[in-house]
Amino acid sequence: MVTATIVSVDVLSAVRAIPDPEIPVVTIQSLGILRSLSLDSDAGEVHAVITPTYSGCPAMQAIEDAIARVCRAHGLRAVVTTSLSPAWTTDWIDDDAREALRRFGIAPPGRSGSGPVPVTLMARGGGDDARHTVACPRCGSERTSVLSHFGSTACKALRRCDDCGDPFDEFKALS
Amino acid sequence: MSSDTDTSVTPADGGAPAAGAAHTAYLLGLGDDALIYSHRLSEWLTWAPMLEEDMALANISLDLIGQARSIYTYVGSIDGTDRGEDDLAYWRDERDFRNVHLVEQRRGDFGQEMARMLWFAAYHRALYAALSGSADAQLRAIAVKALKEVRYHFDHAAQWVVRLGDGTEESKARMQEALAWVAPYVAELFTDDAASVAAADAGVGVLPSSLQADASAAVAEVLREATLEAPADSRWHARGGREGVHSEPMGYLLAEMQHLPRSHPGATW
Repeated sequence: MVTATIVSVDVLSAVRAIPDPEIPVVTIQSLGILRSLSLDSDAGEVHAVITPTYSGCPAMQAIEDAIARVCRAHGLRAVVTTSLSPAWTTDWIDDDAREALRRFGIAPPGRSGSGPVPVTLMARGGGDDARHTVACPRCGSERTSVLSHFGSTACKALRRCDDCGDPFDEFKALS
Repeated sequence: MSSDTDTSVTPADGGAPAAGAAHTAYLLGLGDDALIYSHRLSEWLTWAPMLEEDMALANISLDLIGQARSIYTYVGSIDGTDRGEDDLAYWRDERDFRNVHLVEQRRGDFGQEMARMLWFAAYHRALYAALSGSADAQLRAIAVKALKEVRYHFDHAAQWVVRLGDGTEESKARMQEALAWVAPYVAELFTDDAASVAAADAGVGVLPSSLQADASAAVAEVLREATLEAPADSRWHARGGREGVHSEPMGYLLAEMQHLPRSHPGATW
């Protein structure tokens, strides 16, 4: 007989699975935004520490609200702390998230990048960005160029594929 | 890369020094520079030369407002007044703001903005690099985070200064004029005031004068690449911002920035 089964969902797994508000194909856990998570059953509280990707990231409030919402659904209270140290780095984005980003049309960040191209590397009259290779998430070509270091959100740059011609977002390397 | 296993670090962990007046005045100067420049940059929205630049300037503005928020929240938690970030941004008057004159000047043409950003980001980069060794754990955390952001700001300004300087006759002449426009405001960035001297003595802050060599060298390198001349030393220099003595545009800026929360206290949406 099939009856409604109450599945006891682990609240901690549910918090880890909260999607990023801007890039819903990845979770706050896999992006490295969720730094620690613990359950205090006696107090009925979930303690979460989150860290922003960029100081002004407007998604932080939404993430905090989402954590509170998930905890409330489990009858628990969320205590969310924002921590700036250690500072977030794109090296904390795990492999699953990198693949999910690529399939979503966002080039994942390079692992060895350390900020923007020094100006001395910038060839005048085009051919910019000798820093690292960023493959087009659509056609896979490695011939791509930077349109702007600042894209649709604080954590992304805008690029263009020189082969298929498509513009695309790149998750900016930050280490 | 910092250890990613140390996830329990909370604000001010490691013991912030007791907050004296000089300490909080120093922090307010850092926060006010970021907030006021953020506001000026936000004015570029829909006015930049191209859509990508609208987004770039808005992103840089957002980084700066994030830095200001972190600093204000921290100041409000240690100065004994229990003020929040909004109290500090919207409910202080002109004389209480400690930003330099450079950041409050009216928006000029795009070349002027890139000249201002080049100097401010060069200063900011040297500042946050030095503050990454501050004795104040929370300021150190803010600086380490912000340093990653302002490197991009400097790079952005540098690319435009090179493109315009080494561009057409017209763009070169205007970029050269822009450098002359910004020149009188540069010295104030690197002038030591009482609060920064006290903060530096306490190991919390750094002397602005100690940042000048690094920042000037970075700007000089960009100007060389851009085939631009360093402007002649200005006959006058802005001063007084750190003591709350501002130039004429500051009152207008605050009137616009503070109007909404003062007309509708506590408004949320």
